[in-house]
Amino acid sequence: MNILVCLSQVPDTTTKIAFSADNKSLNKTGVQYIINPYDELALTKALELNEATGGGTVTVIHVGGADAEPVLRKALAIGADQAVRIEAEPLDSRQVAAELAAYIQGQSYDLVLTGRESIDYNCGLVGGMLSQYLDWPLVNVATSIDPAGQAGVLAVSRDMDGGREKVEVSLPAVITCQKELTEPRIPNMRGIMAARSKPLQVVSPQGIGPDLSLLSHALPPARQACRYFEADQMDALVEALRQQAKVL
Amino acid sequence: MNSKELRRGGHFLVHHPGPDQVFIREDFGEEQRMMFQAAADFMKSEVEPHLQRFEQGDYGLVEDLLHKAGNLGLLGLSVPEEFGGMGMGFNVSMLICEEISSMTGSLATAFGAHTGIGTLPIQYYGSQAIKDRFLAKIASGEWISCYNLTEPGAGSDANSGKTMAVLSSDGQHYEITGQKIWISNAGFAQVFIVFARIEDDKNISCFVFHKDDVQGLTMNAEEHKMGIKSSSTRQVFYDKVRVPADSMLGQRGDGFKIAVNVLNAGRIKLAAATNGAAFKVIGLMSRYANERQQFGKNIGEFGAIQEKIARCTALVYATDAALYRAGDAIERLQNALLAEGKSEAEAKLKGLEEFAVECAILKVYGSEVMALVADEGVQVYGGMGYSADAPMEAAYRDARISRIYEGTNEINRMLIVDMMLRKALKGHVDLLGPARKVAAELMEIPDFGSEEPTGFLAPETKILMQLKKANLLVAGAAVQHYGTALVDEQEALMRLADMAMEVYVLESDLLKTQRLSARLSDQENEIRGILGTLQAHHAAEKCLSAGREVIMGLPENDEQRMMLMGLRRFTKTPSVNLKNLRRKVAQYVLDKGKYPF
Ligand SMILES: Cc1cc2nc3c(=O)[nH]c(=O)nc-3n(C[C@H](O)[C@H](O)[C@H](O)COP(=O)(O)OP(=O)(O)OC[C@H]3O[C@@H](n4cnc5c(N)ncnc54)[C@H](O)[C@@H]3O)c2cc1C
Repeated sequence: MNILVCLSQVPDTTTKIAFSADNKSLNKTGVQYIINPYDELALTKALELNEATGGGTVTVIHVGGADAEPVLRKALAIGADQAVRIEAEPLDSRQVAAELAAYIQGQSYDLVLTGRESIDYNCGLVGGMLSQYLDWPLVNVATSIDPAGQAGVLAVSRDMDGGREKVEVSLPAVITCQKELTEPRIPNMRGIMAARSKPLQVVSPQGIGPDLSLLSHALPPARQACRYFEADQMDALVEALRQQAKVL
Repeated sequence: MNSKELRRGGHFLVHHPGPDQVFIREDFGEEQRMMFQAAADFMKSEVEPHLQRFEQGDYGLVEDLLHKAGNLGLLGLSVPEEFGGMGMGFNVSMLICEEISSMTGSLATAFGAHTGIGTLPIQYYGSQAIKDRFLAKIASGEWISCYNLTEPGAGSDANSGKTMAVLSSDGQHYEITGQKIWISNAGFAQVFIVFARIEDDKNISCFVFHKDDVQGLTMNAEEHKMGIKSSSTRQVFYDKVRVPADSMLGQRGDGFKIAVNVLNAGRIKLAAATNGAAFKVIGLMSRYANERQQFGKNIGEFGAIQEKIARCTALVYATDAALYRAGDAIERLQNALLAEGKSEAEAKLKGLEEFAVECAILKVYGSEVMALVADEGVQVYGGMGYSADAPMEAAYRDARISRIYEGTNEINRMLIVDMMLRKALKGHVDLLGPARKVAAELMEIPDFGSEEPTGFLAPETKILMQLKKANLLVAGAAVQHYGTALVDEQEALMRLADMAMEVYVLESDLLKTQRLSARLSDQENEIRGILGTLQAHHAAEKCLSAGREVIMGLPENDEQRMMLMGLRRFTKTPSVNLKNLRRKVAQYVLDKGKYPF
């Protein structure tokens, strides 16, 4: 299969988030970026699918600036064959999905994988929008993806509330990837060195504008320190719940 | 400083590079950082979940981890690509060693024994046939290697081994007989590198073989050790072990040279290992100090605890700076020699040998900083530091071996001074001229003003330059008084080594921070600058006390009194509120909850 994996970069989970002086953008100094973990699973699954069937290519794609190239090269180190970056600074999910769709329409992919969501904004919209733009079937939140025994069809499990559902989907399709799908791979040294010579293509955007405009960011209020009450301080506890926490 | 001087090692007392001439870990490129991250991911997923098992003699776990590391290509980083390695430079192999060694000494030792002393003799001294047979399998971890040098009667005096290699009458084989002790990885290794003496040669020779190809090789059970509990360490007995005559590494009698040269790499890499461990321990320490409450406060709010965190951080920062500066100097020289047409082995060996002083300095300094960090780590944890259920106890025990193997710190201290003096005698480094100048300066009125350093860290740079003079003064006095008998004045040698180490490490620290300053925010520069101030004051105190001991060991006369005065002058530091500076550093580390640089 020729598989396209949509990758975004997100701040490492230990990053302390801070904003620029005008609160309009993330302060990127010292921020360590990683491949969005769900996207990394999508990539690993793509490699596994092709390894099992013994053919095809895996392409990774990102809509964004050059500062994301390190994560694309990491994807190449993990095993993707080539990378594409659409030169745009998207502000919302629709913009990303529309740029991706425009690119995909000019290519011949059998399968597009995305993460179920990115762990920075957690919108979880790109996969769905993409399927709409392409008019391809969508399987959301997949926990397993396997060849279905019949060419051009995949068997996919997905999470439901309190259970799991198994479906078949014919290709081409969009599948968004969930945690249990597989384990991420650590790139080996040879892969890292090979990434140097794999193609990373930068393509011009369609210039699709955002639907939204950003006013400002704000941090959540600082968390209060935990206060302990002894068993004989019930009155003080009730008082604190009333006066300070205002939950009673 | 011209490029010729950058190719010289052991001359830091008389040469003063600028910040644009040193390498710092922040200079590693994306690819190298990706490699480091891969090693970190490996540690997180394969090592961290099993930390307790390393304390229970689980040698199989370590063996398994070596194989897994091999699959990721982590064992063959600096093996040439034609032999299945990655052909990467020396400095990035240190970066990977640092991370792989950061969580448990058991893996650190196994990794170091395999990739260093277990690989390099073959890579540098093996014939083409030997390299073809062994290197790729060692680089991939399919075969694990061990290095058999030490004997019950031959430890520090490694060339005195009694193991014999006897040539068969048809000249086709050597038969090796003898006893080796403390052999890391012996329990699961396939490849054995062994040193033995042929007839009554002055120097030992070196051989390599695969265990399955020989008979007469037996082993004792695992040693019971203080720490690194899951690193396999055994005695190995050779009873007429027959190896083909062409399994010799280098030439007959090259064994001691091989041992010495390979140890250069082992020593500096050991400093990379202790560096990684020190980072982790400072992280644990600061997180514990943020959580543990006594007297209604986090213990991290107490000055006594802050002082520990700050002291450890400043020393580790400085060691880190020296580590990658020296690693880069080695790699640069190696690359230059390769470009000039030297063979891979020649270039690599010469690069290491030229910087043997720096390698020894880092081994001693790194292991002793780690000793302090582990000790203070236990102390910050209090009773919990003494508990085998918390991480400090193992860190403390594991750290202890670093001062013993790869040449004890005493042996390395003697080597530092010995090698520096040899360079001076051979005319490779002019120590004598500058030493005379310093002696002459003593007679003059101290000059203020001339060639004062300026800019960021100027007062600390001034301290550094004065400490170089202190070194020259004291070493010059010792050489003049003892002459060649200085070799028997070990107490003086120990202290002279202390002084030289402080200078190299302090210089690296200041250069690193100056090099970085344009890339960092004011706050980050301030903290790093403070670390430089702390290190400068530490170095000055060390040099004063070490220098005093040397000078006070000389005859009591006017000259001695003048030298003591001179030493005081050259180790003088401006008055600085060190307490407040340490508090700032500690607060910064505590806020980050990890070693933050
Ligand atoms: C866990 C472990 C793993 C090891 N792994 C290996 C391995 O894989 N391969 C291998 O070949 N060896 C290995 N060794 C051996 C190690 O290198 C030696 O233990 C070390 O070199 C010291 O030798 P020794 O134990 O005989 O001590 P000794 O040489 O007896 O030293 C005892 C003390 O005397 C001091 N001393 C000795 N000579 C002098 C001198 N001339 N002047 C002043 N002081 C002196 C030493 O500094 C030390 O303090 C290992 C050791 C240990 C403990």
